[in-house]
Amino acid sequence: MKFRAKIVDAACLNHFTRISNMMAKLAKTCTLRINPDKLNFILSDKVANGGVNMWCELEQENFFSEFQMEGVSAENNEIYVELTSENLSRALKTAQNARALKMKLTNKHFPCLTVSVELLSVSNSSRIVTHDIPIKVIPRKLWKDFQEPTVPDADVSIYLPVLKTMKSVVEKMKNISNHLIIEANLNGELNLKIETELVCVTTHFKDLGCPPLASESVSQDRNPEQMAEVCIDIKKLLQFLAGQQVNPTKALCNIVDKRIVHFDLLHEDVSLQYFIPALS
Amino acid sequence: MRCLVTGGNVKVLGKAVHSLSRIGDELYLELLHDGLSLRTVNSSRSAYACFLFAPLFFQQYQVAPPNQDPVRCKILMKSFLSVFRSLVTLERTVEKCCISLNGRSSRLVVQLHCKYGVRKIHNLSFQDCESLQAVFDPASCPHVLRAPARVLGEAVLPFPPALAEVTLGVGRGHRVILRSYQEEEADSDIRAMVTEMSIGKEDFQQLQAQEGVAITFCLKEFRGLLSFAESANLSLSMHFDTPGRPAIFTVEDTLLDGHFVLATLSEPDPQSQDLGSLQPCRPQPPLQAHSTPHLDDFTNDDIDSYMIAMETTVGSEGSRAPPLLSPGPQPSCSPGPNSEEDEAEPSTVPGTPPPKKFRSLFFGSILAPAHSPQGPSPVLAEDSEGEG
Repeated sequence: MKFRAKIVDAACLNHFTRISNMMAKLAKTCTLRINPDKLNFILSDKVANGGVNMWCELEQENFFSEFQMEGVSAENNEIYVELTSENLSRALKTAQNARALKMKLTNKHFPCLTVSVELLSVSNSSRIVTHDIPIKVIPRKLWKDFQEPTVPDADVSIYLPVLKTMKSVVEKMKNISNHLIIEANLNGELNLKIETELVCVTTHFKDLGCPPLASESVSQDRNPEQMAEVCIDIKKLLQFLAGQQVNPTKALCNIVDKRIVHFDLLHEDVSLQYFIPALS
Repeated sequence: MRCLVTGGNVKVLGKAVHSLSRIGDELYLELLHDGLSLRTVNSSRSAYACFLFAPLFFQQYQVAPPNQDPVRCKILMKSFLSVFRSLVTLERTVEKCCISLNGRSSRLVVQLHCKYGVRKIHNLSFQDCESLQAVFDPASCPHVLRAPARVLGEAVLPFPPALAEVTLGVGRGHRVILRSYQEEEADSDIRAMVTEMSIGKEDFQQLQAQEGVAITFCLKEFRGLLSFAESANLSLSMHFDTPGRPAIFTVEDTLLDGHFVLATLSEPDPQSQDLGSLQPCRPQPPLQAHSTPHLDDFTNDDIDSYMIAMETTVGSEGSRAPPLLSPGPQPSCSPGPNSEEDEAEPSTVPGTPPPKKFRSLFFGSILAPAHSPQGPSPVLAEDSEGEG
């Protein structure tokens, strides 16, 4: 099992740092999947912990100037490791004005993902920071837990409003209720609702637009006025929104009535999918 | 007694108090003939700090006549710090700061003369005390490193604020290495990230140490002195000896000097050993590259050096056991990705490091003035009779 990669371009490095910061906000620990073409950051929460799933995917060649890996075997040319996402984000934070960054799997004192950064300094001398991020290699029998989640057939697909606005709304709602109902219809309307014994608050978003339907699914003959709704843990939604520091190029919300809400985001060339199941 | 500080020096004084406050809860203030000395020691007596401000630092410096004992008093750090709490306000509004002793009411009086005629007067209660003097001698330390504070400030920046100790050493090619120190916990599954900073010798003004030397000390106190030195744009010298002997950090200027004496860990831990020598007990074939990871990172690009011999085949949880620490006779040096490694790892971990221990600094008896190598304060025998 080998992995070694290098970033030299400052823009790529910044982008990668942003992604790692987002991961640190979205998940405490995440699984990094490495294969010859792609990197994935994966979160697959136990149902008992809320059952949130995350799937972040980036093409390695958009980031790395060098990328070498050798998986467990030729047929299974992949590597799965678990790491604390905060560690990765902290390691990359020191790479702000780096000349180059290297990542590799090592086994120094323990299995780790070593991030070494060659810094630029005023005196033109070489300064190198090395971070050994402890990892847990995930055995092959558990790989099946970290496969790309299948996107369910949505009742309603709708573009999201500006995430910052949505975040500030949800932040306020969190003080009042633990659950939030997110509902939308094919008319481009999205509502965020909380209901308690004392108060009901609803925020309405209008004219959001719905993407053209990809398949001849059931929602074709759906009444455009009819809402599809999911009641979710407000903290999970807020965590997702707080993780989005930059507004994505595309943000889509898919709702399967009373079952799951699926957020599909695109940050330039990095896709992020986030699944929050309905509260039972 | 009366000391008057003006202009930018007020901030320097405040900054010094801030860095002292990272160490001790009590501040020892002494008005000596060669300047005002501020000292403190931490509760476990593993860290000592002193600043000496020369009479020229002050606009006005009046002390007791030579035939009398110098004024000494001990005050709560918290109350003295509160006077200088906000460095921004200090810089913006305070024009003069006057420290004096009110003998009648037994109060140390700190007056801040601010803009627009505002005057803030702090009356601080104090205790009489003996002179606080740690026994140390930078000249007796064989190893000396000196660098601009800015360089060292940048060097400690990557380390998390919560990190307690850091190992400082000199590695191959005389590169200075700072590494986060981790206590070995043999059975713990969760490990913290290890960060290492490697700086070329050209960034140092003085580097007098052989390759392989290393000490481990507290980062918090060091950061305190660093932030002072950075704000005053000074160079910082580090004098140290073998692990377990106190390390002495100094800053010097024509108007002031500062000494921080910090205890160092007495056990040479595996990590700091690693800086210089290979561990003989490694079951893994000790790759050259591993002993000084900082070097290979950008010079050696041979991917095979980083071959990782972890087991991920179905049904094994090889990554759990710390193979490097186990005396297992099976060095898995031929890591065929599919080779089944049996899990019969002996569970004993040899040489489990003894508990971490900082040796307390030895404080000289005030009856033995000959031991006080640090000239400025002749250590006097009697208790001071607090006569303002």
